[in-house]
Amino acid sequence: MLAHKNIFQDGQRKLLSIYFTAGYPDLDSTVTIAEELEKSGADFLEIGFPYSDPVADGPVIQHSSETALRNGMTLTLLFEQLKALRSRVSIPVFLMGYFNPVLQFGVENFCRSCAAVGIDGVIIPDLPMYEYEELYQETFYKHGVSNIFLVTPQTSTERIRKIDKLSKSFIYLLSSNATTGKNLEVGESSSAYFKRLKDMELSNPLVIGFGISNAKTFGQATNYAKGAIIGTAFVKLLAEDDYLSKIRGFIAAIKS
Amino acid sequence: MSKYHVNEKGYYGPFGGAYVPEMLYPNVEELQQKYLAIMQEESFQKEFHDLLKDYVGRPSPLYHAKRFSEKYGVNIFLKREDLNHTGAHKINNTIGQILLAERLGKKRIIAETGAGQHGVATATVCALKGLECVVYMGEVDIQRQAPNVARMKMMGASVVAAQSGSKTLKDATNEALRDWINNPVDTHYIIGSVVGPHPYPDLVARFQSIISQETKRQLIEKTGRSNPDYVLACVGGGSNAAGMFYHFLDEEDVKLIAIEAAGHGVHSGESAATTALGKDGVLHGSRSILMQTEDGQVIEPYSISAGLDYPGIGPQHAWLFRSGRGQYVSITDDEAMQAGLLLTKLEGIIPAIESSHALAYLEKMSFKGDENVVICLSGRGDKDLDNYMKYFGF
Repeated sequence: MLAHKNIFQDGQRKLLSIYFTAGYPDLDSTVTIAEELEKSGADFLEIGFPYSDPVADGPVIQHSSETALRNGMTLTLLFEQLKALRSRVSIPVFLMGYFNPVLQFGVENFCRSCAAVGIDGVIIPDLPMYEYEELYQETFYKHGVSNIFLVTPQTSTERIRKIDKLSKSFIYLLSSNATTGKNLEVGESSSAYFKRLKDMELSNPLVIGFGISNAKTFGQATNYAKGAIIGTAFVKLLAEDDYLSKIRGFIAAIKS
Repeated sequence: MSKYHVNEKGYYGPFGGAYVPEMLYPNVEELQQKYLAIMQEESFQKEFHDLLKDYVGRPSPLYHAKRFSEKYGVNIFLKREDLNHTGAHKINNTIGQILLAERLGKKRIIAETGAGQHGVATATVCALKGLECVVYMGEVDIQRQAPNVARMKMMGASVVAAQSGSKTLKDATNEALRDWINNPVDTHYIIGSVVGPHPYPDLVARFQSIISQETKRQLIEKTGRSNPDYVLACVGGGSNAAGMFYHFLDEEDVKLIAIEAAGHGVHSGESAATTALGKDGVLHGSRSILMQTEDGQVIEPYSISAGLDYPGIGPQHAWLFRSGRGQYVSITDDEAMQAGLLLTKLEGIIPAIESSHALAYLEKMSFKGDENVVICLSGRGDKDLDNYMKYFGF
């Protein structure tokens, strides 16, 4: 039984997830940041593994990826660091990144390594549904690694139903068709989109990401969804001096 | 369709596909569902061929280069894409894609460019059709290619500097993809090569296939046979080669030779010889062969020729290479520069440095004497004068 099942089935509780890039700002900061996030009240985490060509990301996360790569982060090193994860962190943890590093690492090896260090699932935005189903789904199932799909305002109802069938933990709802780091404005069209998704009564919980940065946007998003993900705003915090001591305040401000 | 063309799932053997995030899925799916039907419409075909004839200046000549032939002891024919409007084969694709974009109801065009040739060809067709045009270009390339930046601006395009990564073609492509993610409804992305998610490699190859279609007809007139013994073309992403090979793919008696850029030498660490150095991987939406680290990070390529300076090749080329249908070889900066100068002196034609790579491979071939060789002269060398001047000290 994966750890995250419990939190997603936990009644009315609104979940806050935080994204950050492995190896940023420092090569060995990954598990320390994860630990501090749990202590500060984050409900689950996404750890990004860096890629040289992150097309779905805006400038802030691009910069964190470039820095992490310069620092020497690789998937091999990340899995080495994550051996310490489950002795220090108990909330669900997902890995997020692009497909090519996974392909070079070996999809089977990647899934096996995720399972071995206690990763709950993965988000690989450029691994399409067709290729996942045809080539990799069995491998993911075999190692008990959940694959998270994205849904955007342009995704058709039929496709959303199919994604719901293939998903085993949550569906990642993009607040708008955009790269990361744009600000969410919940206008009429996005609230209609969130409501449409909510009304579909999907079997997987919805978590909204992209454009969530503060208490206000977190509140707006969780009116419609089980949780919301903050990435860019947190990665910006990591660029500040003495960032570890500021994490508690950052999380508290959002949850207030 | 033959085994060398795309299948219904968007693959060439194990290569191709559409590895795009969900944000791009509707755009790519729309193209997948509509591109063939639109291209087959009679009105599309008429407008496409009228523009190719009256605006681009096609058919481009197939020129029997006699002095060059004598030098190598074989019959050499140059397919003169350098004589096209805007100076290269790139315009064949942008004419096709602008007509496609119009029929899809798109109001805004984006493109990536390296040296600026595809950017200029895109800005040109946007001016022709009165559509908004945004061209992404690496900051480093903007500084290196000032005349092409000026051309694009004169035609009304906005040129946006790609500031990420190495600030060259790969990064310009990333920025164009990000723009498309953020503008999914009104924008069409005119990719300049046979790369990107399905259906781009196929649709660009189809627009460029005019090159080999004309060549076959012209060869009959000049040699009595529609097939040559060899067809040579340079490959960066591979659009001129895809068009030059297209109608010869199923004719196995025609030897297809693709020439990559070896830069300072294949193993010098400064090269763009993708098939020699690359492994299977995914970049810019398709699975192909890619220069990358053990960890799957894309390696920045190098070539003196900005048009060949790309870390991957189109998925169809990866398949032609893997299946053995095509021979993939490479030529260094020095070899290409010498070949460019040789053609200039023997035939009075200054070739683009990209095309010079294809010409240079003649030095490595041996002939019986009566064979026919077709080489795609993909572009003219005006844009490279600075490079030629610096290299030879003219």
